[in-house]
Amino acid sequence: MNIQEYPLVSDWLRPDGDHLVIRSGKVELGQRITTALMRIVAEELTLPLAALRIEPVRTGVTPDEGVTSGSNSVVDSGGTLRLAAATLRARAMALAAERLAEGVADNAPDLRIADGRITDPASGRHVNLLKILADCGDALPVDPDAPPLPLADRAPAPSAPPLGLEEIVRGAYAFVQDLERPGMLHARVIRPPRRNGRLEAIDAEARAAMAERGLEIVQDGSFLAVAGPAEWDVIRGATRLARGCSWTPGADLDEGDYQDLLLNNPRTSVPVVDGMPQDAPVPPPFEAPDFEATFTRPYQLHGAMGPSAALAEWGKDGRLDLVTHSQGIYPLRQTIAESLGLEENAITISHAPGPGCYGHNGADDAAFEAVLIARALPGRPVLLKWTREDEHGWEPVAPAMVVRMAARLEGDRIAAYSAEAYSDTHRGRPRPGPDRAGPRRLLANTYREAPEEPFVATPNMTRHAGLHRNLDPIYKVGEKRMVKNLVHDLPLRSSAMRCLGAAVNTFAHEAFLDELAEAAGQDPLEFRRAHLEDPHALAVLDRLAEALADSPPAEGAARGIAYAQYKNRMTRVAAAVDLRVTEAAEPVLERILLVADAGRIVDPEGLREQLEGGALQGASWALVEELHWDRDGVIDRDWDSYPVLRFPQVPRMETLLIDRPDAPSVGAGEASPGPVIGAIANALYGATGMRMRRMPFTADRLMSMALAE
Amino acid sequence: MSLTLRINGRDRQIDSDPDTPLLFVLRDELKLKGAKLGCGLEQCGACFVLADGEAVPSCVTPAAVFADKQVVTIEGLAERETGARVQRAFVDARAAQCGYCTAGMVVAATALLEAEPGADRDRARVALERNICRCGSHPRVLDAIEKAAKTT
Ligand code: FES
Ligand code: FES
Repeated sequence: MNIQEYPLVSDWLRPDGDHLVIRSGKVELGQRITTALMRIVAEELTLPLAALRIEPVRTGVTPDEGVTSGSNSVVDSGGTLRLAAATLRARAMALAAERLAEGVADNAPDLRIADGRITDPASGRHVNLLKILADCGDALPVDPDAPPLPLADRAPAPSAPPLGLEEIVRGAYAFVQDLERPGMLHARVIRPPRRNGRLEAIDAEARAAMAERGLEIVQDGSFLAVAGPAEWDVIRGATRLARGCSWTPGADLDEGDYQDLLLNNPRTSVPVVDGMPQDAPVPPPFEAPDFEATFTRPYQLHGAMGPSAALAEWGKDGRLDLVTHSQGIYPLRQTIAESLGLEENAITISHAPGPGCYGHNGADDAAFEAVLIARALPGRPVLLKWTREDEHGWEPVAPAMVVRMAARLEGDRIAAYSAEAYSDTHRGRPRPGPDRAGPRRLLANTYREAPEEPFVATPNMTRHAGLHRNLDPIYKVGEKRMVKNLVHDLPLRSSAMRCLGAAVNTFAHEAFLDELAEAAGQDPLEFRRAHLEDPHALAVLDRLAEALADSPPAEGAARGIAYAQYKNRMTRVAAAVDLRVTEAAEPVLERILLVADAGRIVDPEGLREQLEGGALQGASWALVEELHWDRDGVIDRDWDSYPVLRFPQVPRMETLLIDRPDAPSVGAGEASPGPVIGAIANALYGATGMRMRRMPFTADRLMSMALAE
Repeated sequence: MSLTLRINGRDRQIDSDPDTPLLFVLRDELKLKGAKLGCGLEQCGACFVLADGEAVPSCVTPAAVFADKQVVTIEGLAERETGARVQRAFVDARAAQCGYCTAGMVVAATALLEAEPGADRDRARVALERNICRCGSHPRVLDAIEKAAKTT
């Protein structure tokens, strides 16, 4: 799609002196996409990485590539950049041929390209590629069929530290949180004590205290903030101001077990066939299946290391300048324009790095709140930072989820297989849509003077999206029945987190498959093999088996395995987990082994990092993370009440890559969590004899299951 | 009464209220923004600095408490032999993804290896327990520490 809207090579690649500048709309989130894109272009053009630069992502400059999510960047932006680079190379070769042929009898020299030079081997004459690129013109359209550089001519870019790493280790890498502008004000938001509270009044003393401290109060209905020149004064001021505020209590949030809410609340249900939701009646459940099991995940946090932040300046000329770590600056721009009745082109949004977000966290909400504050203080740049409490308490969380499985076996084959997922929406991003769907999804809009109604989600009907991502099993089974249930009226605002539904759906498939394998008297790996036809899947599993063969789990440890292909069409990952359970019922991970096939490898170390990071986040979800709430709102507002995986719990980690140079490259940031969760559950069964079907698999839960048996 | 802090080997005159947590003095007044605000609750390690060689959070403790200590921030770490070695090892091991936690990790790793030059992986796991990373850079941080320890 990006190629239709940005059809010219110069939309993507622009020579600039000694450099070629890459313009991508995908943003750096610590996932190393900028490094991967540079490597793709470097490889196509045989240029050194040092000859490339990445244009900072900004509205009106870089292409609108929607949201950086779904592990799509290497395919979308990377695919287009590869074509743009290949087009440019072909044109450069043609120009070079003309130049090198001058004065030569045979005017069709057989040119070679290597190391940024185009050479005529016959005469030994050459031209510098970068120089000739400048003559290729701005009007060259991207050739959608431009052939990639032949395998024989490819020299993968040498391994180099990823962009920014040198600065990161010296503390010199600037995040949004670190920005500074002359005359800048810091800001903090004062939140209602209860989720649905409304601001009634601010007492006179608190107002006077703010004036005395030189702090500005910004209020729009129940949206309340304080701003001032020194950050610590603002933090203390916010505490003081909060003491002087009175709020209506507002309606209670529904309390209870998330599983009960998910299964009993009103819902919209659609069947899913081949990964696609269908506008059709839901098929009836299997009658008397041989096996049934229910798998669940609680609400969880993105829980970025740094609370969200944004820098906004409302110019005296009415123009708005915003710096954000949002994953989608163009949709955010449309939504801010719609929220405030502005012209889109009166707004410039630039992306600057933020802490890893793993999906839609508080970034967009913070950006809009910074805009509201800046609007009240025109001419002053405003850097808003959320607090840790804001981030835990108010980010759009990963929705709780239930997946109900049922199956019938015939001999050692799965004859019928049903998977039914229940969850709130994974689409909380402020994308424009009907019924002010954009504005309604920005937190502050529901608290302003003229508040927006809360957003009501409809089922995402695209392939392997939202809560039905990977709901369709990758395995060859007899009769299939998949159902997507979008559940309404749930207590917490939810949105996209790394993997979307695939984390829980894959956990459910992989744990359930082990249950079926056991019933069929089969080895889990062989049982999977028997239900897979894809040769690349089999190759990944074979590699896993081979790597495990001479390293049995340590004394007292058990092993579990799992397999998945993200969205059933992207990166394939097989995982093995060795763990043991202590006397105190604490699961201890000893080893995680991953085997992955992401097609043609762009950046082997970057790929490993993404897979490892995903594996550890999956392990953290599986073992420790659970967000609690009550009628007031989120209860867990710090890292003590919401624990995450820490160093002592981190296992030995090995990642084996299968490179397929003739296959397209696919993204891998979301490919490993699901299989790792499944493998952990399966290893726990080996270690304890108990099937853990409810995340997280904590010592308490293991204990109470043991007692119940 | 004005406060003087010794930061990265230099005496710095501080104008902020001495009750201000050190982190805000570093970032806001001295513009040393390498130490990050992660929680403000001494729970995550993002704001770690060296105080007399020990890795400590700076987000809560008032600046005045550091008056008689040698404070070293991530910006001053390269001046120390171990600090420079740890920084190099972090780059070689690619021990950061988003990098928000990294300054704190580098500080903690430097403190560890200055105190225990031969610290191994298991020791590092325990020593860095206070440092959270949400990107999963942990195995590479351990690789980096192991490497920095071995190259002594
Ligand atoms: S910011 Fe100081 S420990 Fe988290
Ligand atoms: S690298 Fe992102 S939090 Fe550690």
